Amino acid sequence: MEQFKEIWRAFRRRPMGIVGALMLFSVVFIAIFAPWLAPYDPDEKIDVEPGDLLAPPDAGHLLGRDDAGKDVLSQLIYGARVSLTVGFVASFMAMFIGTTVGLVAGYYGGRIGNALMRLVDFLLVIPDLPLMLVLISIWGRGLWKIILVIGILGWTGGARVVRSQVLSIKERHFVLRARAIGASSLRIIMRHVFPQVLPIILAQAVLSISGAIIAESSLSFLGLGDPTLVSWGMMLNFAFERAISRMAWWFLLPPGFAIVWVSVGLVLMGSTLEEIVNPRLKTHHLFDARRMVALVTGARPKDFELSRGLEAEGVTE
Amino acid sequence: MQRSDYLIGKIFFALATLVVVIVFNFFLFRILPGDPIKAIVRSPRLTREAREKLTADFGLDKPVFFDAERLREGDVVGAFDTQFTAYVRALLRGNLGISFRSRRDVGEVLAERVWRTVVLVAAAETLALVFGMALGLASAWRRGTRLEMTILLWALFSWGLPNFFLGIILLILARGYLPVGGMVVPGLKPEDGWTYWADVGKHLILPTLTMAIVYTSSYVMIMRSSVVEVLSEDYILTAKAKGLNTFQILRDHALKNAMLPMVTMVALNLGYTVGGAIQVETVFSWPGIGRLMYDAVQLRDYPILQGTFLLLAVSVIAANLLADILYSVLDPRVKAE
Repeated sequence: MEQFKEIWRAFRRRPMGIVGALMLFSVVFIAIFAPWLAPYDPDEKIDVEPGDLLAPPDAGHLLGRDDAGKDVLSQLIYGARVSLTVGFVASFMAMFIGTTVGLVAGYYGGRIGNALMRLVDFLLVIPDLPLMLVLISIWGRGLWKIILVIGILGWTGGARVVRSQVLSIKERHFVLRARAIGASSLRIIMRHVFPQVLPIILAQAVLSISGAIIAESSLSFLGLGDPTLVSWGMMLNFAFERAISRMAWWFLLPPGFAIVWVSVGLVLMGSTLEEIVNPRLKTHHLFDARRMVALVTGARPKDFELSRGLEAEGVTE
Repeated sequence: MQRSDYLIGKIFFALATLVVVIVFNFFLFRILPGDPIKAIVRSPRLTREAREKLTADFGLDKPVFFDAERLREGDVVGAFDTQFTAYVRALLRGNLGISFRSRRDVGEVLAERVWRTVVLVAAAETLALVFGMALGLASAWRRGTRLEMTILLWALFSWGLPNFFLGIILLILARGYLPVGGMVVPGLKPEDGWTYWADVGKHLILPTLTMAIVYTSSYVMIMRSSVVEVLSEDYILTAKAKGLNTFQILRDHALKNAMLPMVTMVALNLGYTVGGAIQVETVFSWPGIGRLMYDAVQLRDYPILQGTFLLLAVSVIAANLLADILYSVLDPRVKAE
């Protein structure tokens, strides 16, 4: 608990992190209170006149109407629920798998650790989006399937970060002492190692939410979203298929900027958190490329470069 | 460890990955619920002969992977006469199956389209690299200035921008000035020579720009951080003391040392780039591999989907191997004995 208070004290002094958190929480707020905030119920049956289809914004419909005559603003507000659900649940799943793999690979090392890291290397070279497309199109469209696919393919970054932390933590005195008095490996991992890596896991989790949200919207845009729910990606899919010839910018732009808004917020917040909790990032400048790379690839260029170089010299961690 | 050992290790890993991808690709289309191939064969609209022909083609009368029964009887060769070996044998002969919709050979369709995606990805990556390195170098050199802040904020913003959304924005903006869909104006043929290729080039502008803008941001970030790191090294001070001017220092030291992480980044990015190609080709109807994959998803054309996925995975594996080889050439530490 004490460490979280410390993180908060450091976090609130960084304006970029605060801005990011506010951007995220504004969307969380909108998603939670959607039924009170949305001017119309998107599921409601409505009578439409031909002139209502793709009608431009007016006083009754601040962001105009879509191709079915429904209010765009209300769909945008409800869409926040879908995007955030996918983002949070998929990221939680990815972090759960990644943390478990990272703890096991880092703590036990040896053959198991090597095999797990090979698996990570393997997943890193498999192109994500094509694989997701293949999986969803065979398996069928559905919210839970999308979450599962994103979660199962998204854990490699977390596993790498956790493993590299565990490698150094397990050599510290308090771990060695616990082992000397006969504590079991499971107990050491859960009581001593895990609490140490938890803050880094949280920072990674925040960053991976934005990846999951973008992945969901890409899938929905490509026509593989849950057909019963309207997410932001799905709105873009509809808009692209039906509104682009009419230049209905009020239908095209809002869902896209909503995605950008929430993902920029998450990246600002996550990279600030990571800067605070990850001792390996020594530079004190906010947008450090290594964080972006960790985010994009799950690897740090420096680690990567070093491990490639050292491997060649016959030195391994 | 010697450089050759390093390379052999990397080649071995690439081959192992390739084998896993092939096995994986096979199982993906056989084992998952709603197995597309079995579903086709069970279709009640097929005649008996057609059904038997399909069953024989896909080897569906044989066991999936391994016949334990026959192995126990001592028939080792027969035990491997399975759907999986039939698939691998066809693959080795370059036979990727027949498209469900167009009834054309999948390999043929891929061969016809692959260069269009290669051109798009290569152009976008080149642009992204040039701009990414220039902006990254500028922001590291002018550290702490408003220029750096502007570049970084822009990079952050474009990083959160989904490919397809940026594509849509550019499509709206450029409408009327540039062609926004397809590869060439209907009617033009390759025989038309220059006019044809000029028109293809014009159609290429928007998709290339879309991908380049999104991918520039990660190169800016990585370039900036490695240059910042290099510029704080002592040998930069030495170079300055020797009387080299800023331009020479940036060119000979900063740029050279930043190449290593850039090579790694390009290879790692490739997996994301092909994913981006699917989105961008969809937005601009660019008839490459990405658009093919999108269409295959809509039409549930599984042989095409399977073939495209295999091709994309193999290219990314090959590119990563290439980056490893290039890396060993660029990095003197790898040469050390």
